[in-house]
Amino acid sequence: MIDYNQKVNPAIAAVPPSGIRKFFDIVSEMPEAISLGVGEPDFVTPWNIRDAAIQSLEDGLTQYTSNWGRVQLRHLIAQYMHTRFTVRYDPKQEILVTVGASEGIDLALRALVCPGEEVLVPEPSYVSYAPGVIFAGGTPVPVQTTFKEEFRLSPAALRAAITPRTKALILPYPNNPTGAMMRRQDLEALADVLRDTGVMVISDEIYAELTYGGHTHICFASLPGMWERTITLNGFSKSFAMTGWRMGYACGPKDVLALMCKIHQYTIMCAPMQGQIAAEKALSQGLESDFAEVRAMMASYDRRRRLMVDAFTRMGLQCFEPLGAFYVFPSIQKTGLSSQAFCERLLRAEQVACVPGDAFGACGEGHIRCCYATALEKLQEALRRIERFLGTL
Amino acid sequence: MFNTLEMQIIDILTEDARISPPQIAIMTGSDEDTVREAIRHLEESRVLVKYAAVINWERTDREWVQAVIEVRVQPQRDRGFEAIAARIYQFEEVKSLYLMSGAYDLMVMVEAPTLKQLASFVSSKLSTLESVTGTATHFMLKTYKYGGVVFTGEHSDKRLVVSP
Repeated sequence: MIDYNQKVNPAIAAVPPSGIRKFFDIVSEMPEAISLGVGEPDFVTPWNIRDAAIQSLEDGLTQYTSNWGRVQLRHLIAQYMHTRFTVRYDPKQEILVTVGASEGIDLALRALVCPGEEVLVPEPSYVSYAPGVIFAGGTPVPVQTTFKEEFRLSPAALRAAITPRTKALILPYPNNPTGAMMRRQDLEALADVLRDTGVMVISDEIYAELTYGGHTHICFASLPGMWERTITLNGFSKSFAMTGWRMGYACGPKDVLALMCKIHQYTIMCAPMQGQIAAEKALSQGLESDFAEVRAMMASYDRRRRLMVDAFTRMGLQCFEPLGAFYVFPSIQKTGLSSQAFCERLLRAEQVACVPGDAFGACGEGHIRCCYATALEKLQEALRRIERFLGTL
Repeated sequence: MFNTLEMQIIDILTEDARISPPQIAIMTGSDEDTVREAIRHLEESRVLVKYAAVINWERTDREWVQAVIEVRVQPQRDRGFEAIAARIYQFEEVKSLYLMSGAYDLMVMVEAPTLKQLASFVSSKLSTLESVTGTATHFMLKTYKYGGVVFTGEHSDKRLVVSP
């Protein structure tokens, strides 16, 4: 008998499974439940994007591509980043096409972090950052953000977290799960803190297109002096409803990107051909139409966002106005329940699934993540049920 | 001209006509009175014409016959197709009527309780109109999609129920 505990890497074994896993298992047994627990758009990829991929199959485009990704796609990404966010990247050596932005996170961490170095992870945030840092041999250092500051990373919290061992900061805005976004002045304040340090920035901007209330996303690399220290991660999943295609990209200084591409080349080889062709279509038609389809999806999200915030506020669950992504993150503290207990009881009593806030870091406790990328009538029914549930507490 | 709010209201009501003015006000960040005024303007302008449900009749017990009839007509001097169109849309069997480009002039969508009644409508009411020079009737066999809604099969959410 092999004792596998003696065989596997204890550092990996020690990483806890994602906090949403348990929830997934319970909800999966309830087919009638309304799920506000998803993390992806409720739109299907626009037809002409899908059609471009179908056409590529008919044309026999079934080969490997360049490790960096198709040159046409990298040129379009460069054009997109400049048009939308005023940052310039050389498509030849500063843009790498990845398998989702998730791969980009992993590559950036592995290319930058040495054993024992610290990576600052603002929380609440996406579940993969801290495990990614551990897999890269580093030490994740959570940096708390607060409801009071609308879950934006404050310069004071950042300054306090930096030590001589700090290698990088992960900047996860617009934020999953809180919906927080950083305005220009918020980012400039962080840039002021970082300017005199050697800290690199891994800026996960996957929700860059999903901002509301007249606010547009500011790419961190566009701030003076920040380009040189920033790896910008983005992708097609959220803005173009292309989650299952697994298409992302990383942009940054060529010396870092070369290392990221080296890991990518030896582990992945290249992102899938069909996904790249679909992504080219998404960007080329987006650039031609001023992203009309993205704006139509945004208009629809925005209405649902307002409805959710209003409903939670009326129920007495404090909820700041999220200005990005497609989540609201109301506080359930007044119920006296932990976020895990709240979500589990809500699910069993009313068959509505939300994600406990502590799945996204300890400071997410006392909150629940509700995704509003779901059909309007389902949202309304879910809100009615949540209200009824609150009445029973 | 219709303003941004009015266009947003059209979008919202197209998706679900039951959404109330207070809800629309929340969704658009406007106040309720402004929304009510915009809806009144849209109704008076005959942009918002009717608030109706989309019904999949095939799932009910109702036996009904639907057909699309291509109609060729002789346009009238000065009035073009307007007079004959007005004559045709008066019939209660006619549910929709379009002026078409191409091989025929008017497309008439009709409904009747039985095949016999529908045939009778074509032969005794429609074909006998003076300007009608020819008709071709196509019976509808099955509705796959109507009003932007897919009727066939289960149109379920294909996403994982919980994802990070």
